[in-house]
Amino acid sequence: MNQIRKYMGLVWIALALVAGYYLIVSQAIPKFESPKPEDRIPAIIYAFILTPIIVGGLLVFGYYALIGEYDIYEDPDHHLHIKED
Amino acid sequence: MSFQTEKKGLAGIIAASSVGTLIEWYDFYIFGSLAVIISTKFFPAGNQTLALLSTLATFAAGFVVRPFGALFFGRLGDLIGRKYTFLLTLVLMGLSTFLIGCIPSYESIGIFAPILVLVLRLLQGLALGGEYGGAATYVAEHSPAERRGFWTSWIQTTATIGLFVSLLVIISVKGSMSESAFGDWGWRVPFWISIIMVGISIVIRMRMSESPLFAKAKAEGKTSVNPLKESFGHKLNFKFVLLALFGATMGQGVVWYTGQFYALSFIQNTLSVDVSQASRLIMWSLLFGTPFFVFFGWLSDRIGRKWIMMLGMLVAILLYRPIYTAMYNAGSVKLKTEITAKTTVEVNTAADPKIAGDSIRTTTTHKFYEDGTTYREINKLHLHADPSKADAAKDVNVTRTVNLDSYSFWQLVLWVFVQVIFVTMVYGPIAAFLVEMFPTRIRYTSMSLPYHIGNGIFGGLLPAIALFLTTKASQANEAAAKLGEALPYDKPYLEGLWYPIILGAVSLIIGVLYINGEDNRTED
Repeated sequence: MNQIRKYMGLVWIALALVAGYYLIVSQAIPKFESPKPEDRIPAIIYAFILTPIIVGGLLVFGYYALIGEYDIYEDPDHHLHIKED
Repeated sequence: MSFQTEKKGLAGIIAASSVGTLIEWYDFYIFGSLAVIISTKFFPAGNQTLALLSTLATFAAGFVVRPFGALFFGRLGDLIGRKYTFLLTLVLMGLSTFLIGCIPSYESIGIFAPILVLVLRLLQGLALGGEYGGAATYVAEHSPAERRGFWTSWIQTTATIGLFVSLLVIISVKGSMSESAFGDWGWRVPFWISIIMVGISIVIRMRMSESPLFAKAKAEGKTSVNPLKESFGHKLNFKFVLLALFGATMGQGVVWYTGQFYALSFIQNTLSVDVSQASRLIMWSLLFGTPFFVFFGWLSDRIGRKWIMMLGMLVAILLYRPIYTAMYNAGSVKLKTEITAKTTVEVNTAADPKIAGDSIRTTTTHKFYEDGTTYREINKLHLHADPSKADAAKDVNVTRTVNLDSYSFWQLVLWVFVQVIFVTMVYGPIAAFLVEMFPTRIRYTSMSLPYHIGNGIFGGLLPAIALFLTTKASQANEAAAKLGEALPYDKPYLEGLWYPIILGAVSLIIGVLYINGEDNRTED
């Protein structure tokens, strides 16, 4: 199971890139190009707040998964834990 | 301490904490519920600067500011204590709400009015960002570990009850005066009522003692000196913040917003149901659904938090499309049988009070259906004295209002109730889940941020992205129809649901794979 957790890290990294592309190209840019000034607010939010959170967060999450930070192990008392060192 | 004494003491703590949190939600929601009237008073149409300020008030306070409130007040709560911090958020929220109700309209003080509304709305968002984490942490730190899910679930009911109370107060105030009086000054009353509720809650909260775990940590010198750095600057804790966000609060946020807010928007906009009837419908669903927050909180103490939340996400993403199809079938007048003999059409033409020489032709159509549903369409056409000024896109204004028959009404109540059950499954246990993920010294900061990003940002984005997806599908259908081609979307009104379905599915997979249902990290 820990192997799957690690390999899925690649999926989260890929998903971060797809989400980033979608947010910038499909959401932010059309709103920046819109003639209505009020559309600039969502555009700024998409480009400078949401994209960094989603892309950055998922990239780091995927990387941590890939290097085994979320591996779950069993202690001698048969309790399961996520690595904490 | 005996179980009964402990239970009695805890019940008082829960009540005191929950009332304050409920009031904060009430304050936050009345602005949204009165958005239409607020926009006419402070952001009248036709002015681009005002349109910009209005968008800023909606977007910025709705989701951008909340995570900043979580960081600011979370840090404060981990440094000086939970009690004073969530007292501060309550005062800030109460005063902001009361003052919104006191601001003179745009007609009286011009641009200062919308600017003041925006500033106060931002303060509301900041306060809300700080409140929830404090209340959840405070209650959890008083609760015994084996009943933490049950006790914190009372805090979880406050968001829903807050929405319920806001709708109830607005309906009651509206019902107690004429429509014109409500439009003139009555809409301010729900804002003023807040100050009384906040005052009572402050007195109650002042009497409360500090959380025992935080007090102990402080006495032992174990509190954090830099909660922000410890929470997000160290991989050991930051990886749990990311796990809480992507594996739990992201999915929970979209399920919550779909069940309570998208459902209301779908009923009002897609089905054109009358605003008061739609509000009553949501209120019934919330009333029936709210006890399940406590049930699932209690259940999470017995079978674990993870699988209840994951099951909630799973059934939600699997059933959203069938549920919204059923809602459409129950409420859409397109699928009802019209009694054509009863249809009436009235046409009136009157001079346009704003432009001399122009006139407005109003066509009012009333339709009646076999099941008792009624439909009213008001079509206002601007007729220009100078025909060169005619603009087909701007000159027509159509409003549609459907009043559902009793059977359709209760069918919709049922389908919204089912969605509220999904909400209670993901939201009921989440306070205990988040609290247990982080140690006392940085708990307030660490749990508040993923909660407010999950709910404020992923959830708060839902209406905008869902509308974008639905509009895109409708436009594609219209374009195909013009060309005589087959329609690309069978049910365009369901397209907005892809947003919660995809985000919910990602959160579900992450949660199932990476959240360890057996372990909690709390050192207490």
